[in-house]
Amino acid sequence: MNLRGTWTLFKRETHRFLKVNMQTVAAPALTAILYLIVFRYAMGDRQVPGMEVDYFTFLIPGLAMMTMLQNAFANTSSSIIIGKVMNVHIYLLMAPLSAIEMVVAFLAAAVLRAVIVATVFLLVLTPFVDLSIHHFGLILVYGLCGSIIMGGMGLIGGMWSENFDSMSMVSNFIILPLTFLSGVFYSIKQLPPLWQQVSHFNPFFYLIDGFRHGFLGVGDSDPFLSVGIVAGFALATVLTCWYLWRIGWRLKE
Amino acid sequence: MTPTALSVNQLHKAYSNGKEALKGVSLSVPEGSFFALLGPNGAGKSTLINIMADTVVPTSGSIEFLGHDMFSERLWCKANIGVVPQEVAFDPFFTPREVLSMVCGLYGQKPDMKWINELLEHLELAEYADKNTRQLSGGMRRRLLVAQALVHRPPLVVLDEPTAGVDVKLRRRLWDYMRELNTSGTTILLTTHYLEEAEELCDHVAIIDRGSVITSSGMEKLLHEVAGSYLWLRYRDGWELGRADAEALSEFNPRMHEGKLCLTLNRMDLQQSTFHHAYESTVQRLGPPLDAGVCEEDLEDVFLRLTHEDTT
Repeated sequence: MNLRGTWTLFKRETHRFLKVNMQTVAAPALTAILYLIVFRYAMGDRQVPGMEVDYFTFLIPGLAMMTMLQNAFANTSSSIIIGKVMNVHIYLLMAPLSAIEMVVAFLAAAVLRAVIVATVFLLVLTPFVDLSIHHFGLILVYGLCGSIIMGGMGLIGGMWSENFDSMSMVSNFIILPLTFLSGVFYSIKQLPPLWQQVSHFNPFFYLIDGFRHGFLGVGDSDPFLSVGIVAGFALATVLTCWYLWRIGWRLKE
Repeated sequence: MTPTALSVNQLHKAYSNGKEALKGVSLSVPEGSFFALLGPNGAGKSTLINIMADTVVPTSGSIEFLGHDMFSERLWCKANIGVVPQEVAFDPFFTPREVLSMVCGLYGQKPDMKWINELLEHLELAEYADKNTRQLSGGMRRRLLVAQALVHRPPLVVLDEPTAGVDVKLRRRLWDYMRELNTSGTTILLTTHYLEEAEELCDHVAIIDRGSVITSSGMEKLLHEVAGSYLWLRYRDGWELGRADAEALSEFNPRMHEGKLCLTLNRMDLQQSTFHHAYESTVQRLGPPLDAGVCEEDLEDVFLRLTHEDTT
């Protein structure tokens, strides 16, 4: 086991986003807050149908989770694609770290960034809203699983992409729609029946819904049942990353 | 017999585009040697090195490194090799000192600041140790790459054209440092296009061309046995060797080079009689030349002859 190596890589991946923290931490938090302001005034005091909460309160946990997911993805995907484009990824391939050590280091840094961004976002809001916490365990499990899944997706996306263009294709045409259409901005009960069904096949729906449940105590699915789906999905993502790194998928010739 | 540091057996690599870069390369690098791997562009040198660095996956074959199978004991082997890749690239977020301590960490070692400072000093990077790598010149970046390959003190250092783009003075100093390292026991495998330097520095040499090893031996042995001498004769400007004359002199493998007629003499045959025989035969056939001389092949000539790059 090369624990020091794993720790070093984790530190490098952390260092990378902390060095440009305006862009990686402050900017995403601000974007989320802007969404919140816009929807707050567009929707007024309207209640979410079928739930005992107003739209504004409903929106906050969802936005926090969406920000987490997008940042976890951005951390790993940008690291890999910058590495590939600048040809610095070869130093990682050369280093005596096993595939699982690599994946653990990358994912841990992605989770850390996700947690930092979400915390900053929530802290900024605390003076203005009454943030209740219904079940901290749910928040933790869903936040963690969500960041791992998206960090892993970022790794896979980065490995798959040849350049920044194909990378942005993945994030704009796959990741962005999936997160936007996952129930951040609406309860899926507001959707036509067909789309309610479709939503159940979107893993992000369970992530957002469960995370929100942790804050509000209400949601569209049973959060304890969905934990299984989400944890299974996280495990599958980690295993896929491990396997792909092991064979050097699209990294080695 | 000196133990072997690196033994490459029947290594094949075919890229996905169908290009066969290595066609069964076998090599043996003795422990403690300074080994030159030479070959024209596209010969397969970098592919071989990249396979050792684990950035290219071989199609078949094996490599044994200090008694360990490189492909089944990857992590051990990686931890004990330092590779200087051909392309220079750095993470734009770090300074040279940070890069070096980071590489140390990745190799599972606690950064040894004394050693890091020594490396920075030796490779003349101390002044830039805490500046961003983006501010370094091309030559400095290449030296940083060398430092990076040495920072975990590996017993084998592999350098893929480490002096490309480094000015003459610094190149000399870099070589001095490599020599020092070699003297202290590190095995060094290097590729370079500066053949006179390979001749000066290395004690072993292998020449590969189009994915196959053409020759591999001790440097002195190669220069002694493979390198030949030739006699050159210059006739009037624009003079060309006719076919009948070429046939008459065929035992000397006559060819035109830079307007001169060149005849091959084996170094073993470099006694007056042989030289005399060649000279006399030519003069008899073509008349006295305007000028003539004898040259001995150096590594570059051998290299060009063996890789068929000679323009004659």
